[in-house]
Amino acid sequence: MTTGLGTRGSGLTQPTEPGLGARASGLTGGFDVQRIRADFPILRRQVHGHPLVYLDNAATTQKPQAVLDALTRYYTEQNANVHRGVHLLSEIATQAYDGARSTVRRFFNAASDREIIFTRNATESINLVAQAFARPTLQAGDEVLISAMEHHSNIVPWQLVCAERGAHLRVAPIDDRGELILEEFERRLGDRTRLVAITHMSNALGTVNPVADIIRLAHARGVPVLIDGSQAAYHMPVDVQALGADFYAATGHKLYGPTGIGILYGRAALLEAMPPFLGGGDMIASVTFEKSTWNVLPYKFEAGTPHIEGAIGLGAAIDYIQSVGLEAASAHEQALLTYGTEMLESIPGVRMIGTARRKASILSFVMEDVHPHDIGTIVDREGVAIRTGHHCAQPVMERFGVPATARASLAMYNTRGELDALGAALRKVHEVFG
Amino acid sequence: MSGLNELYQEVILDHNKRPRNFRTIEQASHHAEGHNPLCGDRLSLYVQVAGDRIDDVAFQGSGCAISKASASLMTDAVKGQTVEAAQALFERFHQMVTTPPDQPVENMGKLSVLAGVREFPVRVKCASLCWHTLKAALERKEETTTE
Repeated sequence: MTTGLGTRGSGLTQPTEPGLGARASGLTGGFDVQRIRADFPILRRQVHGHPLVYLDNAATTQKPQAVLDALTRYYTEQNANVHRGVHLLSEIATQAYDGARSTVRRFFNAASDREIIFTRNATESINLVAQAFARPTLQAGDEVLISAMEHHSNIVPWQLVCAERGAHLRVAPIDDRGELILEEFERRLGDRTRLVAITHMSNALGTVNPVADIIRLAHARGVPVLIDGSQAAYHMPVDVQALGADFYAATGHKLYGPTGIGILYGRAALLEAMPPFLGGGDMIASVTFEKSTWNVLPYKFEAGTPHIEGAIGLGAAIDYIQSVGLEAASAHEQALLTYGTEMLESIPGVRMIGTARRKASILSFVMEDVHPHDIGTIVDREGVAIRTGHHCAQPVMERFGVPATARASLAMYNTRGELDALGAALRKVHEVFG
Repeated sequence: MSGLNELYQEVILDHNKRPRNFRTIEQASHHAEGHNPLCGDRLSLYVQVAGDRIDDVAFQGSGCAISKASASLMTDAVKGQTVEAAQALFERFHQMVTTPPDQPVENMGKLSVLAGVREFPVRVKCASLCWHTLKAALERKEETTTE
């Protein structure tokens, strides 16, 4: 079961598992990375004549066979619409769909399945809160507080509602390491703050925010908090009750599940009080031309035929993560992060962007005189997939005075050998650019 | 490596390192901002047109080697040309970089070094950003994107 590792003081940079320091092989504290790799069919393929080295996990993770099997099984044996028919298949599909919800609930340790809403992605989860929670309550002059390290998806939805309601978007700054300046955050928590929306972990920098502290500070002033857990959820156990989060947004495709399925956790009392986000079938209790009434949670927020296959695939993905053990995977990734950081820093002209004391799985860097885009193209020809660009976090790029960065991001199946392949590919960049 | 050598030819690396006409033109008769949302590249292009002739052209901005070299080569290619000739050159360049890599392309002199981007579909926009920006400037549109 999940523990409160997502809370402050759990020390992501500290060994939490025996054997974290064991770096000599793919084995980390009994973590058999080769066995894990065998579960991911795509990792066997070649790219430009080289074995695929997939280091773009912060964009999306690869899928284990168990997820692919669950999707095939659904369409070959179970396909029917949910919450409708009295026939057997509809019953099976409904059970599988709502069963996946229970799996998600346990994974995040929510109190009830009613608090788990399926969406398309984390972006939609945040927009749901912006439209159904913030929009009806914000008054002119009110404030929404975010941080300077947010992904565009945790900036733009607030800009939209703030502009409409005459409210203001306030931004808590970060320091040169890419850490949130907590005092500055606290200073911006004022009488008019109606909501805090902040990332658990930065996609561009890897910074892990002290979200338990943030929530405590906000709650002390009666301000609810939305946490964007898109990046954190697949790197560390998250316990929404221990954190005290009011809303927690995550996405399935970064949890080794399919695309098109997102998660919104919301405290039942808040969700109950909110109007629907989208109208249509499934979200109603009754409909007449005069008036419609809403279905109970979570269905009130799930209009139309949902992404049944996506939810089932996500459930299978979470089962897979649990079978591996998220804490063991996290310790493995943390050891790789240390190894990768040292490796990159040893390459002349490389500068790390994002050096927070608590960070996870993200190696964002720039190279002197070489644009990240050129780095990306050259390493791709060596079979190494990394992301280059602004990572949907243009304000972060501006904060660090770079137009873009190159970013290698880790998942449970990555190895030290793959980081060495990245290092070799980067030396090729030096060769090309002299 | 053959595709890479094709892409990062000496001429391109040289223009990336020492871009020609990399400056602003005060009071330029035409100006436009180019933007590639994919990578965040921005390019400011200044054109001085007298009569129907491009007297001077210059650019500033940040971008990858391909976009910078392409802009540098473009400014050399269109300076002194008529507006009409520059627009025709845009069409020919566009044709060259969008022709599938297994098909022959016309020789465009120095600009031919950019034919290598055809092997790298996501980089075609890097090479064309400056040309789209030039077209926008000449048509007096202030902003353009590669989208």
